[in-house]
Amino acid sequence: MTDSLHIDWTACDGRGLCAELLPELLAEDDWGYPVARGDMTVPAALEPAAREAVDRCPALALRLVKQVQQVSQVRQPSR
Amino acid sequence: MSDDILWYFARGTGVVSLVLLTVVVALGVGARSGRTAFGLPRFAVNLLHRNAALLSVLFLAGHVIALLFDSYANLDPIDLVVPFVGSYRPFWLGLGTVALDLLAAIVITSLLRHRLGARTWRIVHWLAYLSWPIALPTGWARAATTAPGGCGRSRSAVSPWWGRRWCGVRPRRSAASRPATNAGSHHDWPFRQRRPSR
Repeated sequence: MTDSLHIDWTACDGRGLCAELLPELLAEDDWGYPVARGDMTVPAALEPAAREAVDRCPALALRLVKQVQQVSQVRQPSR
Repeated sequence: MSDDILWYFARGTGVVSLVLLTVVVALGVGARSGRTAFGLPRFAVNLLHRNAALLSVLFLAGHVIALLFDSYANLDPIDLVVPFVGSYRPFWLGLGTVALDLLAAIVITSLLRHRLGARTWRIVHWLAYLSWPIALPTGWARAATTAPGGCGRSRSAVSPWWGRRWCGVRPRRSAASRPATNAGSHHDWPFRQRRPSR
């Protein structure tokens, strides 16, 4: 079960620490906000770095979510 | 004699803790402003801020524990929590207690940051701007006990030379307790001899 990175955009302050700690997954835009490079799935090798990024985020805007859980959270748009 | 060691230890750890806290506050303010110092990446400043803070807590623990067992400071365990009830210089000791309590709140909320949420954590973290200015005069006032008008115990414990100059008191640590190889300059201990003796 792999983890996936989730950014809470309402909390994100664009401080840019996560892109520094996880350059493999996140790039930084001109204002310091993170931009996903891929689908945000965290490979096992990057998990410690991802945890560090989650731990260090000053705005607590970064989360690791279990992918299985994430799939179950996806809801169909109501008509 | 062992009492002296505790006093020195308390002073040393207190000063180091205060210096570290100054660095921590500076790094925190710097990180908040968005600029980074010395060309460090932001995460490095962040980690330095945290690690220096934890290190200062370690020194602060040494400071408090040493004072707790120091017979002259005469601390009651309640002095660690309730300010301004101490027996030795209660006001300055009380400032230290306030700073300690605030710092404890900051450290505990920071360690539980992910459980408390950013909002609560940030509100408590603002106390840092209160605790640092409170801790600062504590150290300064204690150091000033050697100054004119404050000829407390430390006249001999901290700086025999200073104490002799300002308080007209010879250091408690007499020449008899030290080898007489540098007789005549023992007042200057622990400083280096200033003038070459002939």
